[in-house]
This record gives sequence, C-alpha cells and structure tokens, in this order.
Amino acid sequence: MEVSDIIKPENQVFCKTQLLTDTTLSYCPGCGHGTAHSITMEVIEEMGIVQDTIGVAPVGCSVLAYDFMNIDMTQAAHGRAPAVATAISRVWPNKYVFTYQGDGDLAAIGTAETIHACNRGENIVIIFVNNGIYGMTGGQMAPTTLEGMMSSTSPYGRDVKTMGMPIKMTELVANLPGVYYATRQAVHTHKHVRKAKKAIKKAFENTRLNNGISFIEIVSNCNSGWKMTPNESNIWMEENMFPYFPLGDIKVNGKLK
Amino acid sequence: MSELKLMKGNEALAEAAIRAGADAYFGYPITPQSEVIEYLMTEQPEKRTGMVVLQAESEVAAINMVYGAASTGKKVMTSSSSPGISLKLEGISYLAGAELPAVIVNVVRGGPGLGTIQPSQADYFQSVKGGGHGDYHLYVLAPSSVQEMADFVEDAFDIAFKYRAPVLILSDGLIGQMMEKVELKDQQERLTDEEVIKRHDSWATTGKTNRERNIITSLDLVSEKMEARVHRLMAKYKKMEEEDLRFEKIMCDDADYLFVAYGSSARIAQKAVELGREKGLKVGLLRPITLFPFPKKQLLDLADQVKGMLSVEMSAGQMVEDVKLAVEHKVPVEHFGRTGGIIHTPEEVLEALEQKIIKENGSIRYHKTRESSIL
Ligand SMILES: Cc1ncc(C[n+]2csc(CCOP(=O)(O)OP(=O)(O)O)c2C)c(N)n1
Repeated sequence: MEVSDIIKPENQVFCKTQLLTDTTLSYCPGCGHGTAHSITMEVIEEMGIVQDTIGVAPVGCSVLAYDFMNIDMTQAAHGRAPAVATAISRVWPNKYVFTYQGDGDLAAIGTAETIHACNRGENIVIIFVNNGIYGMTGGQMAPTTLEGMMSSTSPYGRDVKTMGMPIKMTELVANLPGVYYATRQAVHTHKHVRKAKKAIKKAFENTRLNNGISFIEIVSNCNSGWKMTPNESNIWMEENMFPYFPLGDIKVNGKLK
Repeated sequence: MSELKLMKGNEALAEAAIRAGADAYFGYPITPQSEVIEYLMTEQPEKRTGMVVLQAESEVAAINMVYGAASTGKKVMTSSSSPGISLKLEGISYLAGAELPAVIVNVVRGGPGLGTIQPSQADYFQSVKGGGHGDYHLYVLAPSSVQEMADFVEDAFDIAFKYRAPVLILSDGLIGQMMEKVELKDQQERLTDEEVIKRHDSWATTGKTNRERNIITSLDLVSEKMEARVHRLMAKYKKMEEEDLRFEKIMCDDADYLFVAYGSSARIAQKAVELGREKGLKVGLLRPITLFPFPKKQLLDLADQVKGMLSVEMSAGQMVEDVKLAVEHKVPVEHFGRTGGIIHTPEEVLEALEQKIIKENGSIRYHKTRESSIL
C-alpha cells in the first residue's frame, strides 16, 4: 500500500489549512509559534476572509511568518508592527489587519507603538506571543522574563531590584478605552488550543464589526531559550508562567472583567 | 483650474500633497515644519479627497506607518525636520530595502543634536550618503522656492512609483517658512481601491486573491539573495542617473568662475552671480535640483571651462566633497557657508569667491600638483 492510497480526501479527519504553506517551519521542535500560526490561519480560512486579510510580521523568531502563512504579509521593523498595521487599516478600512509579535518586539522596543495603537483603538488584531525571552537572538532577557529566571543577559536570574518586575502587557493595555477585547491564552494542549482559536476568531469578528483593538496574548514556551526539553518547558510554563501570567479574558466587549 | 496663492513653503507642500491625490500623511510635530501637519489637520483632506491624516506618537511610528501604507500600494507621505529624520532612518532603510514607494520631506534645521530651529543645509550627508544602514540611496529633490515645494510633491510621487523607491524632498527652514506666490495645480483624483489593486497587484499586500501571496520584506537570510537585492537597487540608481537627473545652469555659458549651490543657497548664490556680473566678473551657477543623482558629468564638463568653483551651502562643508569628486581635481574647489542656522548674504558669498578662488588663482596651482603627481 502506498502513502497516496491512505492520504485521500475521504480518509482525512483532520486537514491542514490551505493557508499554511508546505515550507518547513523554522521553529524549534516543541515551540508554540507553529500552533499559534496554524490556528490563526484556520480562523481566517473558516471566516473566508483571506482576500481581505493583511498580516504584519515582527522581528523575532516569527519574522519569517510570511514563509508559512499563505496570505499577503508585510514584515515590520522591530517593534513597529502596530504602527504598520495602523496605517494599513487606516488606508484600507474594510480589511482585516493583524500583527503577530513576540514579547521583546511588543513589550520592549515597540512599547510606544503598542500602547498608542491600543489607545487610538485601531481596528486591528494584535497576536502577542509571550515566551518570556528573546528567542531569535539566542535567549536574552525579555521584559516578560520571570523573577529569578535565567537568560544569557540575566545569567544569575532576573534581578527585579535592578530590572523591575516582568511587565504584564495585556493587563496594561486592557485599561485603555480603545481596547475592546483583551485575553490571555495558551497553545500547549488541545484544550488550550481550542480556547485560543476561539479567542482569535472573536478578535477577527471584532474587526468585522469595527470594534477596535483585540489584544490576544498567547503565553508560550521557548524550550531552546529556556534550555529544556519541549515537555519540560511546557510543565515549567504551567508551573511558573501561568501563576504570574494567569490565563483567561481580561476585557470583553469593552468591559474589564 | 490652477490657482495662484500666497503661501508658506510648508503649507504649499501640504496643499500640493492633497492635490497630488495622496492617500495618506503621517507625521509628528517639529519646528520648522509643523505647518505641514497643522495645515492638513485644518484642511481636513479626509473630507476633500478621502486622504488620511494622522498625528503619530513619534517620528519612528510615523515612518513605520508610511511603510505600512506604502506596502499596500497607496500614495503616502511624511515630513519632519532634522532630529526627526534621524529617528526615521531605520524605517527609511526598510523602505529602500523592501522597495516601497514613499515621499519623505526634511525641512532642515541646524544641528547636530537638538541644534537650532533656524534654517540649515547640514543634513546633506545624511540625505545623499545613505543616513540609515545598508547599501541604499534616496532619490533626493532640493526645492529652492515655495513653488518648487509644491511642484516637487507630485514629481516625488511619480519617481517613487516609477522606481518603487523612497524619495526625499530636502528643503530647509527658510523655504519651509517663507511666503511666496505659488501656482497650485488642479486636484488629481485619488485612485480608488480597485485602481490601486489593478495597478499594484503584482507586489502590493492588499489581500491574497487568486494570485500567489504578496510579501513585503527587506530580509534575505541567504547572502546571495541579499546581494542580488542590493544589485537590483543599484540598477535603479543607475537608471535614475540616466533618466531623472535634474539640474539648472544659470549664466554658465561664458563663466570663468562657478558657484555650486542647491535649495536656499542657490537663491542666494544667484544674487551673488548678479553682483559679480555687475563688477565685471564672469560668474555662473550650477544648481543641482537632484542631489542624488548628482550632476557629476555637468560639473566635470564645466571644470574644463572655469578657473574654479565655490560650493555654497549652509553647512560646514558637505556637498563640497561631491563637487570635488566630480571635477577630478581639474580645478580648485572650495567651500563657503554659514552654519548653525545663519543664512549667508549674497555679498558674503561673492566675497568668499573672490578670496578663496579668484585671489589664490588656484587653478594653475592645482594643475601643477596634478601633473607632478602623475609624473
Ligand atoms: C532595531 C533592532 N534591534 C534589535 C534587533 C535584534 N533582535 C532581533 S529579534 C530580537 C528579540 C525578539 O524577541 P521576541 O520579540 O521576544 O520574539 P521571539 O524571538 O522570542 O519570538 C532582537 C533583540 C533588531 N533586529 N532590530
């Protein structure tokens, strides 16, 4: 029996969305970026909005998101995706515009762009993958690195006396009137993936209804940066990241929870 | 119908952007160019043509907004003054690398640092030598009147779209702030979304239809691809030089001495030409209208005719280096200019020519050095 005898449309219970290319992912095995990509693309496919969707890729591990997402995409300078998305959405008010950013991108170098896009209530979706570290550049400390957590630039653990506490971006922006929906999700188990996908769908629905900013944080792992196996990193994430970055909705329909 | 008005340079530029059918403007206030965004906010082009105007949170945000709108094939502009342009440079480099059409305006003030709010031409190096990182150039237009502040907006958009490259209008606080008579062109229709898609569907990110996806990026992790990208840019710059070089020659036909000056300084040097001619000195002026590409060949030709050249700029001497490179040591080239926000007078300019070029009779000295170095 050949593989092609088995892989037939009628035998397939689960199909990869057409909106993911066949390019091999550049992410480390076990990384959450791939899952976050695929649920985002599934939502766009299910809503039938690909012809009206423009994505903005960041600088970070997901800089090459456009190699994997089979949609029109613009790659932004480090941290500036919300400004880039602002303009696209202003000159194409009927389009679905989203950014996909890491924590260094969104919460360090791009803090001003994030806050102001949120404050203006731009009609865009922000997908914020928080892995508590700078993955792309080799595991340096991020604004979201936990207290005491080791990284290549906090080799003795993050000292909050000199570096401050890890920043809770989603709570911060949820307090801005321009933000309509703010939620924190994860993608390391089926249950979490289903919930996160629902949240992303809600976010794109918000764009359709012109509701303003939807801000979706996905707390994720970075097994390479954290120097763990994929499984260890997921357990570590549950035990350490989730208590500080609790999952769940923070603001829904413009109202704080 | 075109319209005759008395306007500040900054206002004329803003009005011309609306009339050129621009889709968007993103900016951040800074003296001496704040009138651009103030005028646009007052005019409400959103109502007149549908043009978007947004005050960004910083120059960094503004240039990245430009990048976003440009990546979708829309006609977009930003303006600032020196410190603000420094902040925009990463974004400008991205625009060049990602091959996006956009118009950037610098109404230059004195620097470095916070400098001064008075006019200056000290951003020449930044404008023509890259400024931002990497192998790129901007097509640089230098207006010397309020009329040109208006006219160059449309020209800049045409070049930006012809080459899919960022274009800089390099003005200064004098042209930006002074009022002159200006003839404004008729309103051009803004392209509809359908027209934008039709024109730019081969590259712009407007949403994937039945075509391959469009990607805007300046990233090439494979070095050979990155080198090919740079070569593509260099080919554009060569074509700009062949097809879109602009300059003006004033009283050059019989000139023994030449001023080289752009923008405000060209206006002042033109007066100095008149003063010189009244004294019986055969003085001419070559005004580069594009600073990149630079009128190298024209200068080299003139080097066979004149005895010396004075590069006149409101800076400590920047363009003078390009003039020297262009003339290949055939004639002496000196710099004159006040800087720090001071505007030189035509009298000072003429005196500098007499003292630095005519008195020293340097052409003979230079030729000798050149010959001896060849020997
Ligand atoms: C202006 C600028 N500064 C620094 C960098 C280097 N850099 C690239 S990615 C990155 C950090 C990315 O981390 P994050 O946003 O957390 O994303 P991740 O890689 O973890 O997904 C940095 C500092 C850059 N490309 N540009």
